[in-house]
Amino acid sequence: MLLARLKAGGPAIAKQGILVAFIVFMITFSLMSDRFLSADNIMSVFRQSAIIGVMALGVTIVVIGGNLDLSVGSMLSFATVLVVDLHDKIGPELAIPVMVLATLCLGAINGFLIGILRLNSLIVTLGMLSAIQGLVLIYSGGQNVDIVDQTGTWFAIFGRGAMFGIATPIIIFLGLALVFHVIMTTMPFGRRVHAVGGNPTASIFSGIPRSRVVFMTYLISALCVAIAAIILGSRVMGSQNNVGLGYELQVLAAVILGGTSLLGGSGSILRTVLGVLMLAFIQNGLILMGQPYYTQWLVTWVVIIVAVWLDVAAKRGRLFSPIA
Amino acid sequence: MAYFYQNPLLRWLMRNPIWGFVLIIFIFFSLSADHFFSERNLMNIVVQTSTIGLIALGMTLVMINGNIDLSVGATLALAAAFAVDVQSWAAFSTWGNWQILPAVCLALLVGILMGAINGFIVWKTGVDAFIVTLGAMLGIRGLVFVYTGEQSFYAMNFAYSDFSFMTIGPFPVLAVIFGIAVLAVHWLLSRTVHGRNTYAVGGNREAAVNAGIRVGPHMMINFMLIGFLAALSGVLLSTQMGAATPNLGRDYELWVITAVVLGGTKLTGGKGDIIGTLGGVLAIGILRNGMNLMQVPAFYVYVILGSILIAVLFLDKRFNRTADGGLRL
Amino acid sequence: MNVNREPALRLQGIVKTFPGVRALDGVDFEVMPGEVHALLGENGAGKSTLMKVLAGMYQPDEGQIIIAGQKVRMTTPIEAKAQGVILIHQELSLVPEMSAAENIYLGELPRKSLGRVDWKTLEARSNAILKRLRCNFRAEVTVANLSIANQQMVEIARALTVDARVVIFDEPTASLTDAEKVVLFDIINDLKAQGVGIVYISHRMDEIFTLSDRITVLRDGGYRGTLNTADTNEDEVTRLMIGRSLDLSRDEAAREFGKTMLDVRNLTCPGLFENVSFSVRAGEVVGFYGLVGAGRTEIAETLFGLRKPTSGEILVDGETVEIGSPRAAIAMGISLVPENRKEQGLVLQMNCRDNMTLPQVQDLTAGPFLSQGAELAIFDQYRDRLAIKTPSWRQSAGVLSGGNQQKIVIGKWLSMQPRVLIVDEPTRGIDVGSKSEIHQLLRELAAQGYAVIVISSEMPEVLRVSDRIVAMYHGRIMREFSIDEVTEDSLVQAISGITSDTAA
Repeated sequence: MLLARLKAGGPAIAKQGILVAFIVFMITFSLMSDRFLSADNIMSVFRQSAIIGVMALGVTIVVIGGNLDLSVGSMLSFATVLVVDLHDKIGPELAIPVMVLATLCLGAINGFLIGILRLNSLIVTLGMLSAIQGLVLIYSGGQNVDIVDQTGTWFAIFGRGAMFGIATPIIIFLGLALVFHVIMTTMPFGRRVHAVGGNPTASIFSGIPRSRVVFMTYLISALCVAIAAIILGSRVMGSQNNVGLGYELQVLAAVILGGTSLLGGSGSILRTVLGVLMLAFIQNGLILMGQPYYTQWLVTWVVIIVAVWLDVAAKRGRLFSPIA
Repeated sequence: MAYFYQNPLLRWLMRNPIWGFVLIIFIFFSLSADHFFSERNLMNIVVQTSTIGLIALGMTLVMINGNIDLSVGATLALAAAFAVDVQSWAAFSTWGNWQILPAVCLALLVGILMGAINGFIVWKTGVDAFIVTLGAMLGIRGLVFVYTGEQSFYAMNFAYSDFSFMTIGPFPVLAVIFGIAVLAVHWLLSRTVHGRNTYAVGGNREAAVNAGIRVGPHMMINFMLIGFLAALSGVLLSTQMGAATPNLGRDYELWVITAVVLGGTKLTGGKGDIIGTLGGVLAIGILRNGMNLMQVPAFYVYVILGSILIAVLFLDKRFNRTADGGLRL
Repeated sequence: MNVNREPALRLQGIVKTFPGVRALDGVDFEVMPGEVHALLGENGAGKSTLMKVLAGMYQPDEGQIIIAGQKVRMTTPIEAKAQGVILIHQELSLVPEMSAAENIYLGELPRKSLGRVDWKTLEARSNAILKRLRCNFRAEVTVANLSIANQQMVEIARALTVDARVVIFDEPTASLTDAEKVVLFDIINDLKAQGVGIVYISHRMDEIFTLSDRITVLRDGGYRGTLNTADTNEDEVTRLMIGRSLDLSRDEAAREFGKTMLDVRNLTCPGLFENVSFSVRAGEVVGFYGLVGAGRTEIAETLFGLRKPTSGEILVDGETVEIGSPRAAIAMGISLVPENRKEQGLVLQMNCRDNMTLPQVQDLTAGPFLSQGAELAIFDQYRDRLAIKTPSWRQSAGVLSGGNQQKIVIGKWLSMQPRVLIVDEPTRGIDVGSKSEIHQLLRELAAQGYAVIVISSEMPEVLRVSDRIVAMYHGRIMREFSIDEVTEDSLVQAISGITSDTAA
């Protein structure tokens, strides 16, 4: 039945699958918990999802360009430790640009190895995940870092501040989402990323500088990580040296849930936002229902596989794989 | 130069460059780290390596198939938790040391089951193994936390933790188990029909389907094998620690994939072997051990490993660039 | 032929539909033991679907398959093989990392106890088969190390592992040299003599007329008739294939050529082509004719900045240029409609408009944003001019027919207003109607002053569209013909490496 609908409606319905699932989840949870749909709760979910959300925006662009970025987790550790540590040493007005620059350098290394040298992105970013984690540990000497004067610094506005009654992390996340959405859908760069991810060979044959485009996607990803690190450092006013451990997976899960294909060439920033929020609301809803914290991971498992399965099934026009 | 190509040992090294690397770091650490070249330390390396090594054997199969399994670390933790917990179940309280047996069996079965779930989903849904096992990596880890209540389990039966100190002749029992597993998987891959089909499925899937190889069940068997090996690794790790922690095996998928790729197995499938994987595993083991002996902080190992992984990829690309036929793409 | 014998294989009233397409519509086909039965049809006529039905890869919706008088159902290639029906794929379906022997017995490796491979039996049997095929390599070698022709032999060897009743050859000579072809034909005749029924699928008329006993023609999924090869000729077969006589007419209006737009002097890319010199004038179509692998595509790729020549000169509009990348080529006014439209020409999941404007996407802007209006204007213009049939510009390129896809690619490059347009295999895999439209278009473009290079492996095509024909063989230009002096024979000789000196 569902499949027949999927077939009949074609891509339109398949594209909205995540939206339908999202609404179903929201209704279910709101029936089970009064607090779930309260303004306070929704705000807090948005705020908590901002860090993963901002990172997911960058990774979405990398994935649309036909690659993966598994290094964002340890890159987040790197950036957060750096900005927090430098905050007390050289002040926030210098710490932020230095950190952003350093993080962009890491992104540039990814971009060079994958875009210019054309190495496999899965392995390269896996290697970078390890190498950057090592860098963080070397830099911090294995210690966690803190900002001493936690109340007297304007650095606090990024994670703890608010504008017009809306927490800054939410504004940053949704603002960036809008900016990247506009770039990806209405600007030449977005078109080129889609082309390179969809068919790298045909892109070259159309005169698109594939190497440069891929390189840029990794710079964007690194920039997003840097911004996420500012929010995180500002909120916590300190950082563990492995704070980003495992984030790459949560981020990738959100991107996949948003319907962006790992094969490249298709995907959408706005649906990634939906994927991020869905994961955040699942987490929040399960906790409100009194489930152990990690139950959300189990649910995420099922949700990811079902979501991707339906997507794949809609494309091939049958539910089960034809292989024997 | 002619000699270079005729010498069978050198030719073999050309095909398995990782063993050249193993040889170099082995000599390097023997000369520069005081306690490196001792029987005791070498056995140590093998024991330390066996945890990642066992999983790497399974990963080689899965990757030659053209798949990947990211959930092995979580499966390892789940199996370890079962192995330690089940022996203290009331039902087995009168079994004495035999209570270990059902615990270990159950733990291994759980590993096989997790592999079967992954394999079945890959087979039936046609979703890429990367996504399936990425989901499972989160999900199974969640299962571990929920099952353990986020607590560590400690083995009450000392026979369990004593097991890891046992030796068979001069060899630690863990090294012996790893050795047997290496031989068994090597035999499976190079001598049996299933092993040869593993190459066929990864090398040219359509051809394999047309030749009547049942690709779905075939891949599922390999996922079950890696599940079993991850579980075995988890059991052995928990005997070494006398405990199982819910965070056990985090990052292991990274180490394992690094080892397998170092050993020359291709992510795209169809290529690789156990000899290479063993080299990759030993390279990581020797590096960690040797640097530890030289009192290099463990942090540097991460950086070095990451760099080596990328360097191997780069060299492989340099020397095997035929795919694009010289076209500047 | 003894008419009373049972056919080795008979298909009756086979119908196979796919969503939206009736790929086979009541097709009858039979092959007798010891007969070579050729199967002919244009691309899209249903040959490959029929072949897959024969080989058990597709199940027909209606109709019967009868093997040696028995009605059978074959749901997998393995079941078909068990019935003695074996397909030899056009695209090699070998596992490169495995030995020839393992490939020959893929899926049915001989076993010993414990699931072990019985290597002795495997290698003995494989070597015996290779010997029967007169192959000069051992079964133990890794397939990746074999030449394409030898890999094809391994593919054929697979057919001989069982008692084959029917062997289906799908375009087997596509990648073979003439000498290798002779061996292949010997093998086919051997099989024939052993009473095996052969289904032979090919585009090449000469092969079909030398080899086959009967010819069955398909068109648009329908059965169009079976002819005795001895009683027919190429014209009749062609007529059946395309439903009418092939229109080889040219607009014979005298043509004025402008100045030389592209001049290539002694261009060399070792191993691919050597000392290649030619020129193209505005308003002229130069056809490059030769066998696959003769170096024609590689020259086009070099002119488009995708390969670096080791020596030689390229002059565009009188100026010596270095072409370092496709971007540079585009900037100089060179456009390439590539050989492989799906891999090189289009981003399949992208819509038609976006595909068409891809090379100039950075210029079609209003401020920093893409200008929808400018993009649509280009799309509309070339949709009308090329008569592209698509419901909307939003349609993804992947779902269009081959002809319309090709027109999108051509439109993409025409919209760049090139000075030199290179078109590589413009009508490969395209239906007859679109084919002649594209030929017409190429002539018109030249008339408007474009300098056009057409690379093609189809003789009627080069003869129809070219003003001059360059014949290539093994990376060298053998001869240049003006359209008035060219004959089919001289062209065939030139691309087979027969020059006037060596022919004697």
